[in-house]
Amino acid sequence: MADFGASDLDAFRTEVREWLAANYPPELRDGGAPTDPEAIWGGRRFEGSDDPQIVWMRRVAERGWTAPSWPKEYGGAGLSREQARIIEKELAAGGYRVPLASFGVWMLGPVLLEYASEEQKREHLPKIVRGEIRWCQGYSEPGAGSDLASLQTRCEDAGEHWKINGQKVWTSYADKADWCFCLVRTDTSKKHEGISFVLIDMSSPGVETRPIRLISGESPFCETFFNDVLVPKNNLVGRVNGGWDIAKRLLQYERQNISGGFGAGGGAGGVAGDLAQVAKDYVGTDEEGRLEDADLRARITRNKMDVHALQLTMARIAAEQKASNGPSAVTSIVKYAAASFAQERSELMVEAMGSQGLGWSGEGFSPDELRATRGWLRSKGNSIEGGTSEVNLNVIAKRVLGLPDPK
Amino acid sequence: MAVLSEEQSMLRDAAKSWVQEQSPVGALRKLRGDGAGLGFDPAAWREMGQMGWAGVVIPEAHGGSEFGWLSLGLVLEEMGRTLAASPLLATSAAAAALTLGGTDDQKAEWLPKLAGGEVIGALAVDEGPHHAPGKIALKAERSAVGWTLTGAKTFVLDGMAADLLVVAARTSGQPGEASGITLFLVPGDAAGLKRQALKLADSRGAANISFEGVEVRQDAALAGGLDLLDQVLDRARALLAAEMLGSASQAFETTLDYLKTRVQFGQVIGSFQALQHRAAKMYVELELARSAVEAALAALDAQAPNAAELVSLAKTRAGETFHLVSNEMVQMHGGIGMTDEHDAGLYLKRARAAEAAFGGQAFHRDRYARLQGF
Repeated sequence: MADFGASDLDAFRTEVREWLAANYPPELRDGGAPTDPEAIWGGRRFEGSDDPQIVWMRRVAERGWTAPSWPKEYGGAGLSREQARIIEKELAAGGYRVPLASFGVWMLGPVLLEYASEEQKREHLPKIVRGEIRWCQGYSEPGAGSDLASLQTRCEDAGEHWKINGQKVWTSYADKADWCFCLVRTDTSKKHEGISFVLIDMSSPGVETRPIRLISGESPFCETFFNDVLVPKNNLVGRVNGGWDIAKRLLQYERQNISGGFGAGGGAGGVAGDLAQVAKDYVGTDEEGRLEDADLRARITRNKMDVHALQLTMARIAAEQKASNGPSAVTSIVKYAAASFAQERSELMVEAMGSQGLGWSGEGFSPDELRATRGWLRSKGNSIEGGTSEVNLNVIAKRVLGLPDPK
Repeated sequence: MAVLSEEQSMLRDAAKSWVQEQSPVGALRKLRGDGAGLGFDPAAWREMGQMGWAGVVIPEAHGGSEFGWLSLGLVLEEMGRTLAASPLLATSAAAAALTLGGTDDQKAEWLPKLAGGEVIGALAVDEGPHHAPGKIALKAERSAVGWTLTGAKTFVLDGMAADLLVVAARTSGQPGEASGITLFLVPGDAAGLKRQALKLADSRGAANISFEGVEVRQDAALAGGLDLLDQVLDRARALLAAEMLGSASQAFETTLDYLKTRVQFGQVIGSFQALQHRAAKMYVELELARSAVEAALAALDAQAPNAAELVSLAKTRAGETFHLVSNEMVQMHGGIGMTDEHDAGLYLKRARAAEAAFGGQAFHRDRYARLQGF
């Protein structure tokens, strides 16, 4: 926004800071009452809930600040990117809890704004902003992983409805979600051009979910089965057989979002905290304050520098894209690098902890140590989920570097 | 690419077209056969002086344009693309020593001449085969007129051409101690100063210089010790990182072109996934290096408190990237990449020389860790 000067931004920052301080539920402050760990994701099950996290989310959402840059008519706050970033920074700087974690805000909403009908936008976007509906992503299938476009879940015309039959896998939190944005096959004679993008109510008859237990012992993912599930005709986004473009666009938002969570230890895998400090605590230092294990010190430093360079790259890309329209193929660069650095960080964390980094459960290990073990295992998925590292390298080679397909 | 101001874009565009037209890789090939041992073309350097490049980081009050380090980095990046040789980096680093540690008289005497390119500057810091500013032993002792310098410096970039040397010397203490270091301004024609030209693999100019009782006046000393030296070195390191980024970018693009044109097994070799993934990884490295280099230069302009950390990050990243890309350039070109006729070898040689200058990856990783108390 060219006419939005620095002094206006300063005034806005002050406004945000004061509002956050005035509206943060006291129960959420340090040492406050426990809240439902799922509450941050919102959804139908929290309708009428007075969990402080939900109260917090509702207050922020009332101002449209859970999706600050979305237009006001869809529940957003209609703010500029600079203003949205200020809200993000003030939330982090003040130590406030994230008001709402949402696949709807991160992934679905941006593509609905681009591709959906006016009616669809008015139906779904405000509920996403208000955290009333929790969404999951129906993309991968048992036979369609990296080769996503080979997906087979059938979507047939059944008069008033679409009829869906098939199976999805790696559906994050499908067992807890209210709705699913789903890739389905509407034409079996073509590959990419036979895919459509539909929105499915998970409470529909014929939908079944089954959690998948990971090597880390956690179960964030599910298998999702669709058995003659009827979906209203107007739940198809874009045109019939035109879903692949929407799917790819959404993946760019997903990769951007996933990458943001890696590395710091807050995302999928890894442990929050300063790796260097952990190493000092567990390994010890020499008289000059350096880690006693010179080899480990060098490798930890290398990883810290990798992460630092990646953070600078994300900031640079954001600055360069300020004027352009959302993420591009460069998200593959960030996703590839973020996954590899996050995995290395998790490896170094358990290595630094020594035998204390190998605990699975029970006595003899601190909660941080147990989280390090689980996080290390979970981080192996970083280079698989949201497009494997190999697929991301393919995307870079073909779309950024213009290298041809083999004959 | 950083978001640039209008003047920065103009400077970069001017540098790009001048370098491509006046100093292509072929110019470096000519220098190899040149017996003068300067390691650059004096006529080209005069033109750079006329274009104001030597004054980009010199204050306006002393004849420069004061555009800053990011701006000069853009010029060096373009020069790096064709391996264009010049004493621009060394001269700008010497100017930084004066700007940061000089008195008004010292600045007035030297900066205008440096800004115009009439005087070539150079940093004389290291005394062994590895960059080690902490280990300076060259002695500076009080004399009747000022100071007497005794000792030897190695690997002084553009040391043969330098009219003004910024010499790091020890006025007290033992090598390895942080205190007792002073920077001295020493004219290139000072009595007792002996230079030995080094013929390096990258064909650039460098010299070993011995100081056999070189007398300098009291006012030859700059204000500041190891801290000043570190700040000056950081400017040289960041500029070199920018140059290396340009060289690595060009080496990569030349290789990418080859992958798209070389046909084997009935198809271009760039269609093979084994090569595609390696090319993609190089591109990721280049993007990370660019972010680090631009952030370091911007931090120097802003005098940010974490500038030193960012400079070590930039020099490490640029070094790792140029190292990787120069090796892959040879390998992916196959036999032709091993020939002297092809440019790949020139980039490979320059990569190693630039990596070693002002501290290699191991030096800067260690420094980055130390700066963070690790």
